[in-house]
Amino acid sequence: MNPHRIAVVGAGMAAARLARQLQAHSAPEDIELTLYGAEPDAPYNRTLLTEVLTGRYAAVDLPYGPGTTVRTGTEVVALDTDARKIVLADGEHTAYDSLVLATGASPVRPALPGSRTPDGDLLGGVHHLRTLTDCRLLADAAARAARAVVIGGGVLGVSAARALATLGPHVDLVHREPHLMGRHLDAESAAALRHQLTGLGIDTHLGHRPRALHGTGRVTAVELADGTRLDTDLVLLACGVRPRTHLARAAGLDVRQGIVVDDRLATSAPGTYALGDCAEHRGVVHGLADPAWRQADTLAALLSGTDPHARYTGARPLTRLTAGPVQLAAFGDPAAERHGDHEVLRLTDATRGTHRKLVRRGDRLAGAVLLGDLATLGDLLAVWQRDEDLPADPLYLIHEGARP
Amino acid sequence: MKSPYPARNTADAAVKRPGANVVGMTTTDTHCPYCALQCGMGLRRPPPGAGPGVPPVEVVERPGFPVNRGALCGKGRTAAAVLDPAVRLTAPLVRDPATGTLVRASWDEALSRVAAGLEETATRYGPEATGVFGGGGLTNEKAYLLGKFARVVLRTPHIDYNGRFCMSSAAAAHRAAFGIDRGLPFPVEDIATAGCVILVGANPAETMPPLLRYFTELRRNGGHLIVVDPRRTRTAERADTHLRPVPGTDLALALGLLHLAVADGHLDEEFIADRTTGFEQARAAAMAHWPERVEQLTGVPVPLMREAVRRFADAPTAMVLTARGAEQHSKGTDTVGAWINLCLATGKAGRPGSGYGCLTGQGNGQGGREHGQKADQLPGYRSLTDPAARAHVAKVWGVDPGTLPGPGVSAYELLDRLGTPGGVKALLVAGSNPMVSAPRAAHVTERLAALDFLAVSDVVLSETAALADVVLPVAQWAEETGTTTNLEGRVILRRAAVTPPDGVRTDLDVLHGLAARLGVPRGFPTDPQEVFEELRRASAGGPADYAGISYPRIRAEDGVFWPCPHPTHPGTPRLFLDRFATPDGRARFAAVSHRPAAEEPDAHYPLHLTTGRVTAQYQSGAQTRRVPELNAAAPGPFVELHPRLATRLGVTEGQLLAVTSRRGRALAPARITDAIRPDTVFMPFHWPGAGRANTLTNPALDPVSKMPEFKVCAVRLEKAATGEQQP
Repeated sequence: MNPHRIAVVGAGMAAARLARQLQAHSAPEDIELTLYGAEPDAPYNRTLLTEVLTGRYAAVDLPYGPGTTVRTGTEVVALDTDARKIVLADGEHTAYDSLVLATGASPVRPALPGSRTPDGDLLGGVHHLRTLTDCRLLADAAARAARAVVIGGGVLGVSAARALATLGPHVDLVHREPHLMGRHLDAESAAALRHQLTGLGIDTHLGHRPRALHGTGRVTAVELADGTRLDTDLVLLACGVRPRTHLARAAGLDVRQGIVVDDRLATSAPGTYALGDCAEHRGVVHGLADPAWRQADTLAALLSGTDPHARYTGARPLTRLTAGPVQLAAFGDPAAERHGDHEVLRLTDATRGTHRKLVRRGDRLAGAVLLGDLATLGDLLAVWQRDEDLPADPLYLIHEGARP
Repeated sequence: MKSPYPARNTADAAVKRPGANVVGMTTTDTHCPYCALQCGMGLRRPPPGAGPGVPPVEVVERPGFPVNRGALCGKGRTAAAVLDPAVRLTAPLVRDPATGTLVRASWDEALSRVAAGLEETATRYGPEATGVFGGGGLTNEKAYLLGKFARVVLRTPHIDYNGRFCMSSAAAAHRAAFGIDRGLPFPVEDIATAGCVILVGANPAETMPPLLRYFTELRRNGGHLIVVDPRRTRTAERADTHLRPVPGTDLALALGLLHLAVADGHLDEEFIADRTTGFEQARAAAMAHWPERVEQLTGVPVPLMREAVRRFADAPTAMVLTARGAEQHSKGTDTVGAWINLCLATGKAGRPGSGYGCLTGQGNGQGGREHGQKADQLPGYRSLTDPAARAHVAKVWGVDPGTLPGPGVSAYELLDRLGTPGGVKALLVAGSNPMVSAPRAAHVTERLAALDFLAVSDVVLSETAALADVVLPVAQWAEETGTTTNLEGRVILRRAAVTPPDGVRTDLDVLHGLAARLGVPRGFPTDPQEVFEELRRASAGGPADYAGISYPRIRAEDGVFWPCPHPTHPGTPRLFLDRFATPDGRARFAAVSHRPAAEEPDAHYPLHLTTGRVTAQYQSGAQTRRVPELNAAAPGPFVELHPRLATRLGVTEGQLLAVTSRRGRALAPARITDAIRPDTVFMPFHWPGAGRANTLTNPALDPVSKMPEFKVCAVRLEKAATGEQQP
């Protein structure tokens, strides 16, 4: 029997996990697995990039199973899902039996005057932090910079700001929302987080929209909407990511926010699957490693035939931020009380710099935040992941000493 | 059951000091019949004619033995109770074809029936339809001859033993990493000198109380004790740090700790370069287990993990010790491999006071796995597939190497196939009670019942013996001499202190009698020392080399550590100080990755079940359930559950609960405690019948060690129906 030819477009974390699991479940002669990665690096752990930046890791390569072919620096430019072929940038056509789209996401490029050269490239000194290449360039620049500005106060912006601060430059963090990590934190938690960042020497500018970048050839300053001018040697754009769906869209697949997949990770085209940051499942694009790896495990079980009944039915991930001394975990919607009809438990210890909060609606956990003290994280996880009933007094979920 | 001896409260019973000069009393130095510590104890015989109601021997302290320095647990203190003729078998039993009941028979009749049962099956289906199932409680001499009996007399590949359910995962990981499998590479006294010890899935406070003093001393010396256990056990309560992972996630935790060792700069680069291989693959595997992911898998917060790694790596010496909690999983071998990786990466191995060790469970769990009771092994821990090993052992046995069968299947596989086409149809069980101790025990019971012929040799009428066609009452512990090898690899001598009751024979007698009836009149001596002398020769040159160990030496030195290749060799208390036992002398990292348990909770079976032990009972309880003091302390099964789970189900303390898995249903009363996670219930496995925990457990096997997944499966918990009886 001919081996099952599986082509994976992308060589990121989801692709690596899929490859490893497929190899673990299959006899070597049964599959022919190729990963096509546009980046020059073999699969690596993207979640650790800000810590690669700090120098905490020398290498973060991920295992992808012996027997997997990884073609780095190889861009796929078109899909023909009817003929079951992919087209590479150099014109090569390659046939497959199953196609997996693991194209990931690209950084959002804000429409910011002055951020690009006339050719459309980023202005010198302006960086993204999505790939290992980005990381190398940024680390190099940071080593020579006295001041850095991070634009975007989400998870990446906050952890990158802290990482840059450890490398020497003074860091300004600019965020257009009134508080940090607005999708994941309530105002109080965000204020406590901001306080911790201040303690690390990071100046945060909240509610400030950057108006323009200044500099010829190289960035020299960021101008904010209120006219404030932040002199800088480098700018990191951390304005979120967007699923990379152009190949799928061009091939006529059903694409909304991401490439639409069902519980088997199947797209609208036969023999074609998608997973990870580019996939939209039940209306949700997670952009997180944990759900992506669960999807990879499901798809590997299906494609290898190990478990034909495997299904991915969604995940309840938490938001985690580990940025040196800053430890934060957020579950669900920690600001859910704004909808009314919710009860809130709150423990703040300014001396220890901890802030813990739990929001319940009826017998369900609506959201929670642990900042600075994660001792009850295991208990919260157990309740959150299984959507368990809360007991009458859920204090133990944010306070370790409390008896349930 | 009534004891003829005055009962003592187990908790308070003080062990008597050896009466130094009591006229007419003799004390025999020996070792406890129970766990792998093999504590030293004395057995004191009262003067002749001491009167009725006086036991044949009483247990006294023997402070000179270094492992326990005199201390004994409740089981050890009451060990003499099982010598009571009233609680044990004293005559062979055979099943009466007319009534279907077991009736007393002569030894000649019983042995002839066993020989005939085995022979008829071999004639009809071939020799591979006969099989042997041994035990980790048997002495080295018995284990050795049992393996020889299977291969030379029965000529079957099918021999395995309950040790497969004990430490086989640790054994497999040990051999892969270090090239040799000895539970501890150092004497237990080294524990007290370590700067940090991580105990993974081990609860010595319940299972090995005399070992606790070393952890107490460790802490008194400024060392740090980290316990990894989903339950807040009595051991965890004594720890400086308790990590409480979700059941079935120890592997992820170990990988997360290795990741942090890399990230936080705790590697011992020099050690890795000089004394190991395979680090790069292990490091890459650990990169796939970054702390925040491991936190989600295990529920252990990252700051706690970081602190644990820092403590472990910064300590000048440190150890990881695992037990069944980490090992009895379908990924047990990989789990142990991942903990060994942590030791190797931080340079905590192959140095005094540092290393990885397994707290072996059964009394002779160590020796029992070295001398040919395992499906793929020959004496001396030799491989059955190695031509040189086959030639060596065949020569000692005086047979043609070509006549030795190849490897058979593992314990659960053997039991699972009993009575099926291609499976064993006539089985001899020695010193094991799989009806209670095997996973998916109701199925195993069905398989045992489907045999054409079953013979069981045991001290008591165990649940498995009660199913047999022939039951052979054999001598035990204090009634016969023989060696065991404790968890440290210390070969010790149990000495006969009393004569067995009339009607009882030794296992060696049984094997001699059966071999003779099956046409092999020689080669099965009944004198244990003679057997040991042959074992020495058979093990010579093997990984577990006993060639230099003799009864006189053990007596003189109170134990000798293997390997001990010649009589002037001092033995090896500490392994690997210069090199590991691999061909190139380097330890091997294992490139392992986390995977879920074979069965994870779902909507139908929403809870984890984990199983384990209580202090007062031992294994399947065949011995300890017959000791009144122990039964008073631990009278029956129970289900431990968290108060919140109890509230949700409306369960009150002591209420009868039904626990259901895909394999069956068990009943036991509720014991409500916040020492357990709310997503997990716990049952001890010592009891048969309706409260049998192993009715529920999952026989998913580790692909390497073939260890079943005793420690985690998915269950549903309900109040028992009206009319259902407490077991």
